[in-house]
Amino acid sequence: MSSWERFLDTFFNARVMAKYWPDILYGMWVTIELAVLVVITGIASGLLLALLRAAGIRPVNWLMIFVVDVLRALPPLVIIVLIYFGLPSVDIAPSGFVSTWAALALVLMAFSEEIFWSGITAVPRGQWEASRSTGLSFTQTLLFVVLPQALRMTIPPLTSRTIAITKGTALGSVVAVSEILGQASSAVSNSYNPSPLMLGAAAYLVLFIPVVVAGRWVETRFAWKK
Amino acid sequence: MAAPIIEARAIHKHFGALHVLKGVDLQVAERELVFVIGPSGSGKSTLLRCLNRLETPDSGSVVVDGIDLLARATDINRARQRIGMVFQSFNLYPHMTALGNVTLALRKVAGKTAAEAEALGLAALDRVGLRDRAGHTPGQLSGGQAQRVAIARAIALEPRVMLFDEPTSALDPELVGSVLAVMRELRQDGMTMVVVSHEMGFARAAADRVVFMDDGQIVEQGAPAAIFEAPREARTRAFIGQIQRH
Repeated sequence: MSSWERFLDTFFNARVMAKYWPDILYGMWVTIELAVLVVITGIASGLLLALLRAAGIRPVNWLMIFVVDVLRALPPLVIIVLIYFGLPSVDIAPSGFVSTWAALALVLMAFSEEIFWSGITAVPRGQWEASRSTGLSFTQTLLFVVLPQALRMTIPPLTSRTIAITKGTALGSVVAVSEILGQASSAVSNSYNPSPLMLGAAAYLVLFIPVVVAGRWVETRFAWKK
Repeated sequence: MAAPIIEARAIHKHFGALHVLKGVDLQVAERELVFVIGPSGSGKSTLLRCLNRLETPDSGSVVVDGIDLLARATDINRARQRIGMVFQSFNLYPHMTALGNVTLALRKVAGKTAAEAEALGLAALDRVGLRDRAGHTPGQLSGGQAQRVAIARAIALEPRVMLFDEPTSALDPELVGSVLAVMRELRQDGMTMVVVSHEMGFARAAADRVVFMDDGQIVEQGAPAAIFEAPREARTRAFIGQIQRH
């Protein structure tokens, strides 16, 4: 056996791959479910927090900034573990899936709140003044004038941050979520061969390359028409 | 002088430790065009912004078209419909077309239907000579066109008074004329206007009264000829001399 054949036999073992690809496929579905839930709930709650922050209620904002900073500082894995192993001590026992979802959604909420907020503050004061001078209320100005401009500015940082956090679904393998990496690692243990890991890598590429491409499309689509 | 449509009394305004307005009184009659001039930092823009409560005075009173702008019970958003404002930097909404800029407040504040707002918006763009630019975004307009769209956005709401904050200062010289032409037409239609600007030729030709401000106070006011040719105060003379040299 040449070293090239040995390499193929180790990492691209057809027999092992044939046996375990249905598991990886199942893992893909779990990852997709998890990712979609994280993206929707994380970004929506981040946007709501940023809008609430714009209202400028000081004590609320101080609390929000504190929570957001803590969530951004902690490694997502720590938050997953805290939820999964910590909450049962107060008689709430979330599954690994729910723990991973909640943790990643919280982290995405924190980052997207900061991104949306920086977008809102980057809209020039003159936009607020022009809108208010025609009689639009604070809320109307925020929704119809400021937010649409802020959202365009936030699309590039939001896309890359969303992709980074969504890839964190792999951390769910630590709390027994059978997503791609979880399925791949148990297949590796069962088959004594790392080929399922290659399948897993391929699955991530299949999932995330379209997301990255879509992100780029959204960025160009929403660039200012000059 | 007829009953004033704008009546500001004893206005004081601080920005932190800075005393920007030191007891300013300004009355403007209906259909009057008042020019406010003065060195930068004299408080003229702040005074203008007090007239629609973009700045809230620390003390004093501002009554526009019978509405006390500083009263607690006043719905400021309703009051502002009657007070149009045009800014130095246009402040058009970059994510909307020219027509979208003009119709936003018509739909959201004046409660017009989309069709009514579009008709009124096109009519307002027509008044500033830009009906054919209705579908353009601000990025596709020249500075002069952008400022005229901003004027259309304000006049579409049929305000009782118009405030202009250095409307031509950000424009290339060759574009100033088109904006002044629109302002002259508004003037001829009887619009009450308060204009912060150094366009002396326009002031001379169109203003009823010129107000000279310095250091947060009105130093001198009168007919344009009197202020420009024969200012009584030394500070006015010095300022007029400076801007005429340019």
